[in-house]
Amino acid sequence: MTTKSQALLNWIDERFPLTSSIKGHLTEYYAPKNFNFWYFFGSLALLVLVIQILTGIFLVMHYKPDASLNASGVPVAFASVEYIMREVPGGWLIRYLHSTGASAFFVVVYLHMFRGLLYGSYRKPRELIWIFGTLIFLVLMAEAFMGYLLPWGQMSFWGAQVIVNLFSAIPLIGPDLALVIRGDFVVSDATLNRFFSFHVIAVPLVLIGLVVAHIIALHEVGSNNPDGVEIKKKKDANGIPLDGIPFHPYYTVKDIVGVVAFLFFFSAVVFFAPEGGGYFLEYNNFIPADPLKTPPHIAPVWYFTPFYSILRAVTFPLFGLDAKFWGVVAMGASVVIIAFLPWLDRSPVKSMRYKGPIFKAAVAIFVVCFIILGYLGVLPPTPGRTLVSQICSVLYFAFFLLMPWYSKLDKCKPEPERVTFK
Amino acid sequence: MKMRVINLIKRAAAVLLFAPAVALAAAASVQLDKAPVSTDPAALQHGAKLFVNYCLSCHSASFKRYNMLTNIGLSEQEIRDNLMFTAERVGDLMTVAMRPADAKVWFGTAVPDLTLVARQRNSGDGSGADWLYTYLRQFYRDTERPSGWNNVVFENVGMPHVFWELQGEQVANITENADGTKNVQLSLAKPGKLSVEEYDKAVADLVSFMVWMSEPIAEKRKAIGTVVLIFLAGMFVLSYALKKNYWKDIH
Repeated sequence: MTTKSQALLNWIDERFPLTSSIKGHLTEYYAPKNFNFWYFFGSLALLVLVIQILTGIFLVMHYKPDASLNASGVPVAFASVEYIMREVPGGWLIRYLHSTGASAFFVVVYLHMFRGLLYGSYRKPRELIWIFGTLIFLVLMAEAFMGYLLPWGQMSFWGAQVIVNLFSAIPLIGPDLALVIRGDFVVSDATLNRFFSFHVIAVPLVLIGLVVAHIIALHEVGSNNPDGVEIKKKKDANGIPLDGIPFHPYYTVKDIVGVVAFLFFFSAVVFFAPEGGGYFLEYNNFIPADPLKTPPHIAPVWYFTPFYSILRAVTFPLFGLDAKFWGVVAMGASVVIIAFLPWLDRSPVKSMRYKGPIFKAAVAIFVVCFIILGYLGVLPPTPGRTLVSQICSVLYFAFFLLMPWYSKLDKCKPEPERVTFK
Repeated sequence: MKMRVINLIKRAAAVLLFAPAVALAAAASVQLDKAPVSTDPAALQHGAKLFVNYCLSCHSASFKRYNMLTNIGLSEQEIRDNLMFTAERVGDLMTVAMRPADAKVWFGTAVPDLTLVARQRNSGDGSGADWLYTYLRQFYRDTERPSGWNNVVFENVGMPHVFWELQGEQVANITENADGTKNVQLSLAKPGKLSVEEYDKAVADLVSFMVWMSEPIAEKRKAIGTVVLIFLAGMFVLSYALKKNYWKDIH
């Protein structure tokens, strides 16, 4: 480095921790060297967040959150999306990137969460990382839900109607709460405007704050790894973990491979199947919102369907409160319970590699249940389907609530001293 | 004891794996014909002509401007001379003069905008194009309907058969199956100006135009996508080589 640029760097470092931040988070942040495929999804989630923010900025330049009808009798909001798709140069690409990005976000986040489950990344000392992560997931669901109203299509409108009505099932405060969320007695222009405000400003701010907290907490305690052993326990003479390598350049170059591979599949959807077979952009959402015409079948977008199935699985009243309320409670609990994993898992080992058959079977059943619930949430209910979703919902909760017992009961293999690396 | 627990878990897993089959028990669906969608400019131009002459009097295509038809190979002069009946400027949107309130009185329903209809009608039964292609060929005479027409795909539809002159008049032989579902057999009672093959071709062209109209960028999107994927595939090789090179010291 030339003396002049060194002088500039010194000048900055005396006023802002630039060099020390780069060292602490990149060049001297030691990550375990044995990360596998599953460890791509954290950086990919960050990538998708950036994609969503950048494309969102450009969408807001042309989108109009206005439910009133234009001269052709089409809601202005709906027409402005079609304007972006047809008349704004490159607008179709920006919009497809954003709409596909929403689904990609959940794909990546679900896989990222599953990684945590596989390798016990939630266990001590990473409980706070996991809690921040659960909050990110919760906030992401709010962000996606509010964003889905904005195109003001039939599914936007009726989906919002169904979900906001759920809040009115809460005793005492419910109806008023639903009123506050909608800003009106029905989903209307007031709802569209406040959802726009939340989707574009409030929720992203919270989301970014939580992501920063998630990463700061991670870098404080250090990353877990597929073996679930702490690399900080074995250090060399300089205090550097023996199994650790600097995040930069090793994981930056590795993550670039992941990013390119991800962008390949992402672009395949954006350019060749932006509707995602009706799962990423629902066909009914190409029809402008019509408050007088209820679609025969209202299905939430795919990433909500496992939880929506749990909601629908509760079909009986309890303690004088109707089924809808308990459905809402079950749905809320099914998300919140994820945050308690660090205290539910009593296994002596962290990683699935060394856990016993009972835990492995429990995770397998859990994953199968989650997929079935997601699948059933897309379909209209029948008595047979409701029964299946009830069984799966019970197993979903059993996975968490029985974990303190079966994780202790299980016969685990001994953990290695050092990470395994081929 | 433990063996029994594991067996129980295995059995539960087996039940779960077969559960979707139970959940998916039979759903009724409409039989749709596969639409021969074309991207050939001649077909799209023929479709545009049919659309403007037969549809645009009631249905708007309000997200589209007339001059966007230059993208299917027409000149602005051709559009002005042949396709613009009510609009004044070639940059105008393809709207209609009929007010939604009047439509409600005349047809019993608001007349939908057709710009996006090919995307709206996608379903598990087939693509939106398949639906339109089948729908426009399956009108039949029904004296009980106010318009005198009914449709196999869209029962009790408000729209009359605007192409009756071209297709002729079909009549339906409706029989009821044992399970209560209806079986409709159509036959041509009075031939129209076009033969069956000619009419099918005309509808195919119109549907092709509507598919194009629902997403004019679709073809360009796929062309750009091919380049993007090739670029990313190349990038993958390079980035993988870079990673390999950096990681060669890690043991």
